[in-house]
Amino acid sequence: MKIWKTLTMTAAALAITAPAAMAEWQPRKPVEFIIMAGTGGGADQIARLLQGLIQKKGLSPRPFIPINKPGGSGAEALSYIKGKEGDNHTLLVALNSFYTTPIIQDELEIDVTSFAPIGRMAMDTFLLWVNTDRDDITDLDSYVATVQGSDGTWKVGGTGSGQEDSILTAMMEKELGYNVTYIPFPGGGTVAKNLVGNQIDSTVNNPSEQMEFWRAGNSKPLVQFNGERTAPFEDVPTAKELGVDIEYYMQRSISGPAGMDPEAVAWYQNLFEELFNSQEWQDYCESDGLTCSEWISGDELAEFHNAQLQRHVELIETVGADAITSK
Amino acid sequence: MDSIISLLGAGLLQSFEPLNLMMIFLGCFAGLFIGAMPGLGSVNGVAILLPVTFLVPPTAAIIFLAALYYGAMYGGAVSSITLGIPGASTAVATVFDGRPMAQSGRADQALMAAAIASFIGGTISVILFTGFAPPLAAFALKFGPQEEFALMLLAFATFIGLGGDDIPKTIFSILVGLVLAAVGFDIISGQPRLIFGGLVEFQRGIPFLVLAIGIYGIGEMIWTLEHTKGKIQMHKVEVGFKKIINNLAQVKKYLPVSTVGSVLGFFVGTLPAAGATPASLMSYGLAKTFSKDGDTFGKGNVAGVAAPEAANNAASTGSMLPMITLGIPGSPTTAILLGGMIIWGLRPGPLLFTESPDFVWGLIGSMYVANFMTVVLNIALIPVFIRVLAMPFSVLAPIIFILCVVGVFATTDRMFDTYLMLGLGIAGYLLRKLNYPVAPAVLAIVLGPLTERSMRQSLISSQGDPMTFLERPISLVCILIAVGLVSYPMISKMIKKRKAEKAA
Repeated sequence: MKIWKTLTMTAAALAITAPAAMAEWQPRKPVEFIIMAGTGGGADQIARLLQGLIQKKGLSPRPFIPINKPGGSGAEALSYIKGKEGDNHTLLVALNSFYTTPIIQDELEIDVTSFAPIGRMAMDTFLLWVNTDRDDITDLDSYVATVQGSDGTWKVGGTGSGQEDSILTAMMEKELGYNVTYIPFPGGGTVAKNLVGNQIDSTVNNPSEQMEFWRAGNSKPLVQFNGERTAPFEDVPTAKELGVDIEYYMQRSISGPAGMDPEAVAWYQNLFEELFNSQEWQDYCESDGLTCSEWISGDELAEFHNAQLQRHVELIETVGADAITSK
Repeated sequence: MDSIISLLGAGLLQSFEPLNLMMIFLGCFAGLFIGAMPGLGSVNGVAILLPVTFLVPPTAAIIFLAALYYGAMYGGAVSSITLGIPGASTAVATVFDGRPMAQSGRADQALMAAAIASFIGGTISVILFTGFAPPLAAFALKFGPQEEFALMLLAFATFIGLGGDDIPKTIFSILVGLVLAAVGFDIISGQPRLIFGGLVEFQRGIPFLVLAIGIYGIGEMIWTLEHTKGKIQMHKVEVGFKKIINNLAQVKKYLPVSTVGSVLGFFVGTLPAAGATPASLMSYGLAKTFSKDGDTFGKGNVAGVAAPEAANNAASTGSMLPMITLGIPGSPTTAILLGGMIIWGLRPGPLLFTESPDFVWGLIGSMYVANFMTVVLNIALIPVFIRVLAMPFSVLAPIIFILCVVGVFATTDRMFDTYLMLGLGIAGYLLRKLNYPVAPAVLAIVLGPLTERSMRQSLISSQGDPMTFLERPISLVCILIAVGLVSYPMISKMIKKRKAEKAA
């Protein structure tokens, strides 16, 4: 009898609490955290850090599982998200190929403005890196002179035709008046390794990708593409200071598939805002040269995406899509 | 050298601390079962259990995950041998000989060989790791796209000999695999290709595991059903102390291949992007090519179990090397470990050895202990594993079928891949009926994408000049060895023929 009583009590208790639990949406199964780039790159590091922080702080009842889908400059990841319309358990860790890949590969018919805007975690920067063995290259001028003298055989490593670093490379070719050979690798980490191993001559890596090699004295930055000098690279001049009109950032944001439930979107927005404001995230931003001063989400983020999309259409028009895709 | 020994000593002491020892045991044990479940490999295991490790200090955490990684490497062999389904991609090569051995009633021998070879692989590689981590990391940096391509050629060369006498059929099989590997996005331009007019599902490519589980799980199941007609297969499950001793005595049969496999596995593992699967396949191919009784490979040769198992364990240690010294993962599993290290506040990269010596040496020390633990655990569990084979196949077949379906769905989360797996399974069965070797196709789908990428990168960087592969010393050496390997079986056949003619 006693057991019966306990059972009915439990059932009654469940019946009361169940609606309350339903009120707030929560993930009911593991959340796929899709990374549109390869392992070891900036996006990958950020995704894995965020995933760890979510687990460590117990912010989600279900784990986040980072999955790399680097194929086709992020096309693989974007197609995947497109196919997940209405799904509440898939998120995308986006970078600038979020804009460029749909523009360049228009046959994929991907409209990133339809995706659910969750939040912008950071603005990342780019620096121009060469191996420290290159004693002949000490600043942008000597770099440009060497590249111009190489007659197009200078090898620049990057993460894929149409990725943001290939656009930046094309912008540099145009502004500085030289031609390079662009070699795509599966991720920023591999690019960094190949620079240190002297397989390529220069890269435009994000700080986090070169940080450890820089600290070990294997690679050196020549110029940064920020508006102003950013820590920890106070000694590295910006392109604008040197009279080169290039300013380019990388956004690091989180999106959901189109048609995600508003309750789910709100839940994820809260989650990532909390992460954004955490000490760990802010510390990471500082040590890895990211700018994380302003949290943007929802409509504001949608607007930001729209503006960036416009800017990239223009950029790609000016440098020419052919310069980027090496067709 | 003295400093290495004292550091290693400190690391070993650290791994004997009760908490760490406990972590090693739990990791090995959990890994064994995770590896044995088809579809659940070390990647998923490490990903699922990563959050648990935030409860303990970083050193204990990485020790746990590393132990799980080794455990899973062995666990994969268990289902390869007993069920004929590779538990993980790294254990595919173990099926080639492990399954025939089990079918002829020698499952315990195969499992023992897998355990011992794994131990040899783990030990040799961790010794190499201890002594030569920094210079090896520097050597890994010398590997550009050209060298990677040459290494892949080498891998294919080891496999030409694998298909037996029928070299044209082997080449056909490799080509089928290469075509399947090309499905999906073009890696350089990002355009979709070979997707049958626009089937979105194919954009993602054909995952390796889908092919492997299809061909070996489903294909093998149909094959066995046809041959046993559902009757009880073999079934004397005898295990005794004597048998264990007898099995141990076999070690000398496969000690050489295990040693070669270990060194090869470790080296391939250290190269970013390669990992344990190509390593184990290459080791198998080499063992077969240079064996005196190469013909018995694929029919239950114990060396065919030992070679890939030694290599995959060695490669799992090897792939820790670029992770720790360069911050670049050598395998999908280490990519997740790398994420863990960042959260624990460690900065993997060239400075980790000097900045966090306790962590690095604690990890290395634990590798020795974990190796020992795994081999003991495995030998103790062999009687449990071979019970599986005491079931009539009419009971076992549906279980295998379910494991295949669940295994594929669990990894890729798409019904499409499950159907594809079934289709490939039937195709694999038919190919086998027609006497086509399927192993080379499996190899090709693993190595195809790596080969294509490295070849195209090399050609872009040389402005289209193919001489670039011959101008670089490491790449040249690899290519020469590859040419030698391809011609070796033909030449040895010619010599045999000539001898036979002389005798006649």
